[in-house]
Amino acid sequence: MSMKIYMTPNAPTPNKGQHIDDVLCNGCNACVEVCPTDVFMPNPQREKPPIILYPEECWFCGACIEECGENALSMAHPLSQNISVNWVRKDTGAYYRLGMKNPPPPNRRPPSGGGRA
Amino acid sequence: MPTFHEYVEKHGTVPEWPYPIRYDQESEISADVLIIGGGVAGCHAAISAARQGAKVVIAETGHVKRSGSGGAGVDHWHGACKNPCSKVTPLDYTQAVMESANGFSNGIARYITCSEGWDTLLECEEMGVQIRDVQDEFKDAIFRDDETKLMFGYDYKSRHVLRVWGGNLKQCLFYEMKRLEVEMYNRTVVTSLLTEGGKPGGRVVGATGVNMRTGEFYVFKAKATIVASGGAGRLFSFAPELTAAASMSTMNSAGTGHAIGFDAGAEFVLMEQTGPGRLAGFGYAPYSMGNAHNTFHGAPIVDVNGKEVPWVDPQGRELQTIDERFLPVPGNKFQLGAGIGLYHYNDEYRSPDLARDLPERIRKGEFQLPLYTDLTRLSEMERRCIFGMMVGNEGKTRTAIYATLTKAGFDPDKDMWQAPVMVPEGYTHANFWGGVPLPHLRGLAGGGFLVDWDLRTSLEGLYAAGTSPVFGAGCHGESHTMGRYAARKASAYAKSSAEPAIDRKQVEAAKAQAYRHIKPSKHSVGWKELNYAIARVMQDYCGRFKSEHTLKRGLSLLHELRENEASTAYAANPHELGRLLECFSLFTVGEMVMHASLARKCSSMYLDFFRLDHPQLDPPEWAKHLPMRRTNGKVQFRELPLDFHLKAPYASTYEENYQRHAR
Repeated sequence: MSMKIYMTPNAPTPNKGQHIDDVLCNGCNACVEVCPTDVFMPNPQREKPPIILYPEECWFCGACIEECGENALSMAHPLSQNISVNWVRKDTGAYYRLGMKNPPPPNRRPPSGGGRA
Repeated sequence: MPTFHEYVEKHGTVPEWPYPIRYDQESEISADVLIIGGGVAGCHAAISAARQGAKVVIAETGHVKRSGSGGAGVDHWHGACKNPCSKVTPLDYTQAVMESANGFSNGIARYITCSEGWDTLLECEEMGVQIRDVQDEFKDAIFRDDETKLMFGYDYKSRHVLRVWGGNLKQCLFYEMKRLEVEMYNRTVVTSLLTEGGKPGGRVVGATGVNMRTGEFYVFKAKATIVASGGAGRLFSFAPELTAAASMSTMNSAGTGHAIGFDAGAEFVLMEQTGPGRLAGFGYAPYSMGNAHNTFHGAPIVDVNGKEVPWVDPQGRELQTIDERFLPVPGNKFQLGAGIGLYHYNDEYRSPDLARDLPERIRKGEFQLPLYTDLTRLSEMERRCIFGMMVGNEGKTRTAIYATLTKAGFDPDKDMWQAPVMVPEGYTHANFWGGVPLPHLRGLAGGGFLVDWDLRTSLEGLYAAGTSPVFGAGCHGESHTMGRYAARKASAYAKSSAEPAIDRKQVEAAKAQAYRHIKPSKHSVGWKELNYAIARVMQDYCGRFKSEHTLKRGLSLLHELRENEASTAYAANPHELGRLLECFSLFTVGEMVMHASLARKCSSMYLDFFRLDHPQLDPPEWAKHLPMRRTNGKVQFRELPLDFHLKAPYASTYEENYQRHAR
């Protein structure tokens, strides 16, 4: 097997902060523009998704996600937080957690006032 | 979806810095009114000053469209005492705060915000923020007024706290600023205030800053300046790899406004007041788990067997119904509500809470872990309001919690939401996601610029607005309202004041400070390692329990760090340079907290301030402010009565002072 391996430092944690769907993302950099802590950098290649350079500075405010016209971003909470967020369905007693393998179907109810869920 | 590592692995190269590098290049920007900090206070100040006809420039570390602690949205507005349904007057509210804090709060800021907070909210409504239930989604709910369609929080009888759909609030301010042609300098770390003749204590005539993307140097020249910056979240609690989303303040929260103000010679009070670092809880995302605090006030908490934890009134008596959680107890006045910068509430203004002996009852086995928030036990309206409206609009929960959990299948109509599993002490406060309180992790609480009835600081030309820079202030709505008020006063001053003159030597000194970090030396550290060290000193030497020797040692360690390791610290690019320059603000704020803590030689329940060597709690002779400033390198204190705002040269009543100064 031949593969090129580079010397890179350990990835910062959380590793990402956001998932960017590189099919949906059109590289408009609207997220880069507004992020309060400048987590993203524009990709040197035009129309390519931004580079998540400083994920450990992410405040998880969702500005990038709300700003994205292509719905290409979603939040990637740190794993330590995903594993903490648990809930139980009252009538069945079933346990769920954020990031579980086979999640229940999404609750599609929008927030009050009609904002984007 | 490239991270840095993915990019390198795919391309085999490290990407070049994407922005032009302009280290040492200087631009001068002139304004009638310069605003430092583009959170809600700064943006509302910008709008207010622009409407007065001033040429306004705003400098912000992030981007004004989204940044600041209130930038991601808001779900309720405190102190709207003049809304048509309120049964609480500005005087009632201000006195309730001042009595609860035993005088250690800010009567000026509270009275101003109660007097015109409602007008300020109406301005937000005009800009596009929904503040009424216009879709009649909550018709006939006990927390709604059917005529005005206003919705109330905490205390459904007194009606001075309004629930609002403020998810888009910051964007509304942003578009209004654009319309008014406010000049916005985003990505700008402000490094110093400029004073007339370059002398500390002189009239403030502008500021310097560095762009975090290009490294360009800005000289802002202004007739009047408003500091509307944030707190110093990174001062005690710095662990981004661990906490990430777990804080209520962003990485930009470095106490910049406090530091540049102190360096310029302004007076500060209450810097010795730090609060428990719960909001910077290590690990759980704010409101991501079962709790019964603030947004979730009144939510039922049950144990693993479905046994409900009782709610109690301020006197500790068990409440029988859910409705009672949202009303003042008979005989008490009104609920002030949480999250308003108070660390002690007099019983008559306290909200009902979970049984205060819950930790003990867990230890004895009466309630078995884990605990859950069971919203299904609330009325449909209340449940929808808490989760669908408030969580769906509040900044730190709108996307992070509402959208994330809803997408993951959580349904408040069907599910019980687990609280963190922790040692019983963690359940002392209904804000469970804050985790177990850690006594060494503190946060700035009441400390800020000493201001007068114009919200002017002790320096000519310098005003303060917002709950962080103004001493003893509290919440989101207050920040807007103070911004709006301070900007009127600053614009009026700008109209009558002489053209500012910049002292070149002062600018050159600020420039030299900034750019000494762009070349590495043999032993350079980076900003993160430096920030960890600053936080270490603060945690160890200025935690909940303090003493003369340890505070003095802490001060000298901060000094050593600043003179040695920090002076040769290295920034590889303009982003790192910005973060590193913010560390110098942290040094100054840390020193301010330690100096102020040394000066108060007693302990105080109201300030959550404990001196091991001066354990006496709140002796009457220490019921006073200790204004602090630095002149000729020396920190000096004086004494000021806690009710200075109602003494000469001011009038003796709140309303008279407000009427004299508000226009």
